[in-house]
Amino acid sequence: MGITVVEVTKQFGDFVALDDVSVAIPEGSLTALLGPSGSGKSTLLRVIAGLEDPDSGQVLLGDDDVTDQPARSRGVGMVFQHYAAFKHMTVWDNVAFGLTIRKRPRAEIKQRVHELLELVQLEGLAKRYPAQLSGGQRQRMALARALAVEPQVLLLDEPFGALDARVRKELRAWLRRLHEEVHVTTIIVTHDQEEAMEVAGQIALINQGRVEQVGTPRELYESPANEFVMSFVGPVNRIGETFVRPRDIDLSLEPDSDAEEAMVERVVHLGFEVRAELVRHDGQHLLAQLTQEEVEALELERGLIVYVKPSRQTVFTP
Amino acid sequence: MIARYALRLGALGYLALLLLVPVGLVFYRTFEHGFHPAWAAVTNPQAQHALWMTLIIAGIAVPLNTLFGVVLAIALVRHRFPGRGLVNAIVDLPLALSPVVVGLALYLLYGTGGWLNTLSQHGIKILFSLTGMTLATIFISLPFVVREVVPVLREVGTDQEQAAETLGAAAFTTFRRITLPAIRWAVGYGVVLTTARAIGEFGAVSVVSGRIEGKTETLPLYVQSQFEGFNTTGAFAASVLLALIALITVLGMRLFRPTEEA
Amino acid sequence: MVSGRAGGALARGIAVCYLSLIVLVPLAALIWSSRANGMHTFWAEVTKPEASAALKLTLGAALLVATFNAITGTAIAWVLVRDSFPGKAAVNAVIDLPFALPTIVAGLVLLELYGPNGPFGVNVAFQRTGLVLALLFVTLPFVVRAVQPVLLELDRDMEEAAESLGAGRMATFRRIVFPNLLPAILSGVALAFARAVGEFGAVVLISGNVPFKTEVSSVYIAGQIESDNPAGAAAVSVVLLLISLGVLLLIGAFRHWRTRHDR
Repeated sequence: MGITVVEVTKQFGDFVALDDVSVAIPEGSLTALLGPSGSGKSTLLRVIAGLEDPDSGQVLLGDDDVTDQPARSRGVGMVFQHYAAFKHMTVWDNVAFGLTIRKRPRAEIKQRVHELLELVQLEGLAKRYPAQLSGGQRQRMALARALAVEPQVLLLDEPFGALDARVRKELRAWLRRLHEEVHVTTIIVTHDQEEAMEVAGQIALINQGRVEQVGTPRELYESPANEFVMSFVGPVNRIGETFVRPRDIDLSLEPDSDAEEAMVERVVHLGFEVRAELVRHDGQHLLAQLTQEEVEALELERGLIVYVKPSRQTVFTP
Repeated sequence: MIARYALRLGALGYLALLLLVPVGLVFYRTFEHGFHPAWAAVTNPQAQHALWMTLIIAGIAVPLNTLFGVVLAIALVRHRFPGRGLVNAIVDLPLALSPVVVGLALYLLYGTGGWLNTLSQHGIKILFSLTGMTLATIFISLPFVVREVVPVLREVGTDQEQAAETLGAAAFTTFRRITLPAIRWAVGYGVVLTTARAIGEFGAVSVVSGRIEGKTETLPLYVQSQFEGFNTTGAFAASVLLALIALITVLGMRLFRPTEEA
Repeated sequence: MVSGRAGGALARGIAVCYLSLIVLVPLAALIWSSRANGMHTFWAEVTKPEASAALKLTLGAALLVATFNAITGTAIAWVLVRDSFPGKAAVNAVIDLPFALPTIVAGLVLLELYGPNGPFGVNVAFQRTGLVLALLFVTLPFVVRAVQPVLLELDRDMEEAAESLGAGRMATFRRIVFPNLLPAILSGVALAFARAVGEFGAVVLISGNVPFKTEVSSVYIAGQIESDNPAGAAAVSVVLLLISLGVLLLIGAFRHWRTRHDR
């Protein structure tokens, strides 16, 4: 079931969290709501979930207007950043909760919970309590719990924010695979652009309560709608009104009429890639990204004078 | 939502009927016959003496329980010693024990046939005197400072104290400059509770003092003796005094511990 | 640091001595006196008709009041934490009044309100209802103050998760909130029970202390002291002491239970 948000506005006192936001989420997609802290992305998710009421606008699940419906009747599955595990219940009872309150027959619950625990790879831990699980395990339990009631829509509010970097990477890949298997319309809220780019098929970039751009990760990267999108989605050099990606800065040892002179301040080796921090003769600082081979070919080192020219640049017309 | 209003109304109504109306009545009954009888009732020699006794007893019990309370709290949280569990239980006991039982225990200890009865034979009068009343009050009001300071000490942890030690501070300096400031709100709250309990204590002091009018009466005992002597204005006037102290106590409690409301 | 350690140990030692002198020694004297004339005298005193009637009444009234408080205390705590209305801070402060007010004043006032001179035309003096009323007054704060902090700290996410899974308000309360509040409620109930069992000042006026009808154990003990029967007083006192110890053990157990799911 697809989701359509139509002109939603939400204010908390004087603070405008969402300003006339409209966005369409295709059925079966994995969409990321990406943005900095305080951008309104979590608020938007909660409005879709029914945990917050918008001041104006509509939320449609499929063709149904659910704006006035409370969370419990919308059929959404939700996963929270800090797991929201029912700490007084076992893993089994947590996952079974939605089915238990719908008074499904015992046998059905048993089968479904087994299925889900297998899906999220927590089979042996059914009798444990959340306090005895790691963060990653708790979040997988939370996902199983949300999926148990076969929601039309799965909403994830910064689900990996409270986890270690390594666990986060593992769970991202795992979520992608899960989505390919289960195919529920999924929305993930994150402030991490790398996470959004890696996991989602579609990204809605939100800033200060407004949607800046909606598109695939590639579209956002290659054809950013404005300066904010371009600098949020990846590192960027701003030269006056022109924006250049570090990858698109060409370095040469030979002067050129189109090239500017610059000095290498620092060379940082980040595994396969290398980052060079440069300063032009007019004081402008630049960041260039090169491969290991390019660095060796130039014999790049601190203090070297090079000539820089952008191979591609973007200008935004208002 | 109907349920919310019903719950609110029910809870507040219950509170009003049980608490507010009675307290309002105290003030009404006191000044029912005018200001002067009420004033006379608290300024006569017997009442003055009772007030004085109450203040002296509190003046001894509160500082002692505060001092030892802090020491005990630190001992319980920061040190492991044999019998720690037992000490913990003993500190909590006055909260769960009937004050009459406390009074009786002292009565049996210091009275005829008691272990420490020899004291009275040497001229040190415990029962029916200020000393016994003070001992009873100390017993009853013992737990409060300890119980308030213990959780705060536990939560604050030893990090800051250890940092001070590595910087060269001696034990007492650390206590004075690091530990004490960390617990001062808890101590303040505990002192307020201790004072309220010490001033208002009735049952234990009643047994131990013999209730000798003009000699071993505290203000709460005075209230009772006035009431039994059919001098209701007197009883209520003294009650107003105690109620005012109670209201100040309640304000003090909110001042030192405002965090119980959302 | 040696002097610091030694100083600490000295302070500890003095404090423990203080504790012993003030609390332990008198209680030891009490227990000793109760057994001074032998266990059969002890038992005879405890099972005397008036004594056992007082004990039954004390326990019954305390249990009733404690249970009633479980419900009203939780409701009041809920309103104070989850609801908002003008004057809430004042109401929150007022809860402490029974802690702060001397028990004799409470007793006097309840008698004036709900006794023969009462403005409401209600007269429960010399009756069990009056007794229960006085006990309700003094035990009011216990459950409220035990539940409030737990309710405040409760993870709202859990309730939202339950709601997103389809649970209504009642189901969420029953399955999520209540189980997490239960240990705190029980702690408060235990404290209220202990307080009700031992209460003297608030009860001594309104209940009228009619033997076999409204006389509770604390009043009985005071009466025995005045009738110069310290053995009888001591025997019943030891029973109350044992009840107090039992309640403290129970509260300790609840505290242990409450934190078992935390991490």
